[in-house]
Amino acid sequence: MEIHAYEKLWLALALVLIVGFIGTITYGAAGAGIEMIDDKGGTVDPATLDDHPKFGDPGIEKTGENSYDVYLVARQFVFEPGTSEPLRVPEGSTVTFHVTAADVIHGFDVVGTNANTMAIPGQVAEFTVRFEEQGEYGIVCNEYCGSGHHVMEGSIVVMEQSEFDSWYAEQNQEGEN
Amino acid sequence: MATASGNEPLFVERFPDEAAVARANLLVAFVALGIGAFFGLVQALHRTDILRIIDSADYYTLLTGHGVLLAIVFTIFGLAAFFHWATARSLDQPAVSSLFSWAWFGLMTTGSVLASVAILGGLVPSLGISADVLFTFYAPLQAHPIFYIGLAMFIVGTWLSGADWFLSYRAWREDNPNERIPLQAFMVLTTMIMWYIATVGVAVSVVFFLIPWSLGLIESVNPLLTRTLFWFFGHPIVYFWLMPAYMMWYTVLPKLAGGRLFSDPLARVVFLLFLLLSTPVGIHHQYLDPGIAEGFKFIAMTNTMFLLLPSLLTAFTAVASIEHGARQRGGEGYLSWLGALPWRDPAFAGMAFAGLIFAAGGFSGMINAGMNINYLIHNSLWVPGHFHMTVGTAVALTFMAAAYWLVPQLTGTKLYSRPIGLLQVVLWFVGMVFMSNAMHRAGLAGIPRRTAEPQYQNFDFVTPIGSIFELRVQIAFGGLLLFLSVVLFLFNMLLTAFGEKSERPVDEYLPEPLSGPEGSPRVLDNLGLWTGIAVVLVILAYTLPIAGIIQNGGGLFGGGLPVPVTVFPDVEIVKTVLAGAFAALAGVLL
Repeated sequence: MEIHAYEKLWLALALVLIVGFIGTITYGAAGAGIEMIDDKGGTVDPATLDDHPKFGDPGIEKTGENSYDVYLVARQFVFEPGTSEPLRVPEGSTVTFHVTAADVIHGFDVVGTNANTMAIPGQVAEFTVRFEEQGEYGIVCNEYCGSGHHVMEGSIVVMEQSEFDSWYAEQNQEGEN
Repeated sequence: MATASGNEPLFVERFPDEAAVARANLLVAFVALGIGAFFGLVQALHRTDILRIIDSADYYTLLTGHGVLLAIVFTIFGLAAFFHWATARSLDQPAVSSLFSWAWFGLMTTGSVLASVAILGGLVPSLGISADVLFTFYAPLQAHPIFYIGLAMFIVGTWLSGADWFLSYRAWREDNPNERIPLQAFMVLTTMIMWYIATVGVAVSVVFFLIPWSLGLIESVNPLLTRTLFWFFGHPIVYFWLMPAYMMWYTVLPKLAGGRLFSDPLARVVFLLFLLLSTPVGIHHQYLDPGIAEGFKFIAMTNTMFLLLPSLLTAFTAVASIEHGARQRGGEGYLSWLGALPWRDPAFAGMAFAGLIFAAGGFSGMINAGMNINYLIHNSLWVPGHFHMTVGTAVALTFMAAAYWLVPQLTGTKLYSRPIGLLQVVLWFVGMVFMSNAMHRAGLAGIPRRTAEPQYQNFDFVTPIGSIFELRVQIAFGGLLLFLSVVLFLFNMLLTAFGEKSERPVDEYLPEPLSGPEGSPRVLDNLGLWTGIAVVLVILAYTLPIAGIIQNGGGLFGGGLPVPVTVFPDVEIVKTVLAGAFAALAGVLL
């Protein structure tokens, strides 16, 4: 089969480009440790979500010195927590999110960042985010979820540690009462 | 390629039945184009808050209509018209039974009408029929059963259309036992094999899960399973849109440029690569889905990157063939040959513009395919920005441009107006550069796709370059130009169809390629072998993920990497660079 010399050169360059792309992504995953959403969050029964030990009362809980777990439920058309009250996290913390959906497929996107996942009924998306600085971030649902999709939003407030600690203590006291 | 230069009878005279079937398919395609484009205009004005004439809840009804009418009805009826023409032309024989041809056309049309009724029923609440589920119809969002039933009928219709072309091929093969498959027929057959493999996913999803569920026969579905089955079909459909456009770029564009195709064997290799690689990549639409192990996403990413190869080869062949044509017309120099091309011919100019935009769309596609950078833009307005460049221009503009050359062959009438045609393709090009550039940049600012009102209480979107207001104006203005372009196109087609018959409405002759099929290995034409390899690749890519989803658990490569991701600092740099690149690209293109 006759292949023109320029065409061979182009073919070679195309292959170099493709292998290069795969290489950078492999480096990103294996070398730089960029985490992907995968199956490690496990599954959950969407029908009995309200009775679930974590998703039944979603929110933030301290798991270590500087680390926290957040259980978050997306449902038409709110994030719990996030919408009726902001999700509060302390600055400099490492937060592992567990996100699921109660009714249809939703999206969970911290606006302007790569903290972005699908929220699928029955599945738990698990990913870890480090919040470096104080500030406020928006959350949007970025998967169409019904006629009120465009009002589904929330916010994350990254607080000073001591301020967070007193809020957190108060929350847990209330929980015990 | 059987047609000779000179006094050959016209296609419509040699194959009147095939021309009639192709015309009918184009009629449905163009009606869908008109309605879908109007919905697109309403959406562009609504979501940018320039003009809101509908309720935001109805936005999603129009969006479903826009997606289904343009991405399914317009594209696939267009494909059927082109393939029906190309099969008869390249095999130089009529379809085996024109009754059968009308049967699949009727089935596809009935299915489309049922699905459209279900969708538009959403605008009339008293009907109790709606299908506000968008083009992707992810369960547990539920549509009226006739939406799914219409979809199933449509898919079966496309299967029968493929059978029609395979029957033609079998009849041709009996008379030509040792000939190479003519190039256009080869393209039709390989594309249809890909389609048969790809539609297994959506057929299983619709017939076994969604129809029984929407009728209340089963209680619930596994949302991740139906979603995965959708994308099993949802990515290869991209190539089902593109392959007829590629067929035009390979077999018609070089002739319009004044030359001939560069290489027949390479064209065959490209179509085979698409057959092999189109389907085992669908999971790249699910990079952000929980419940699918990272290893499977990695496999889909690798296959996706190799899928760049046939498109890069096509870019070479298209440019080389056009340059050859320009030099035949007296063009010289390194770049000044570009001036020798027939830029006043809307068929040529439209296809050339489509190819140019496709190159930019390919760039944003590479970002989408990047498993990790994808997190930045997933489900943002970047994604519709990307596919309005690919299916919305590489395919749609090529179809419209090709119609300027093909429709006169099917009607026997001259094109009503070349200048209006030229204005139309230029308007599309300019409108799309405005709209899709702004959509990409808005996506980088975090503005989501598929949203009636991207205005929120808790925060404002911030773009690294320019302002959000400027992006909104660009999207609305671009959308307006695109709609005007469609109006001009449909007007031109209507007057062409009702024009006076002409002895020689268009030059139908397609010259032989510079390098013919003779030098290429015969194994390229062994369709059974390639089908087998394609099926094996699909089984390898999908068996384990689907088994994992069904068992509600892990997979072979479960676990992932425990190092936390730092979200905020580096992302700004990436966003600024990408936004700058798109702004610069728009500057160059205009």
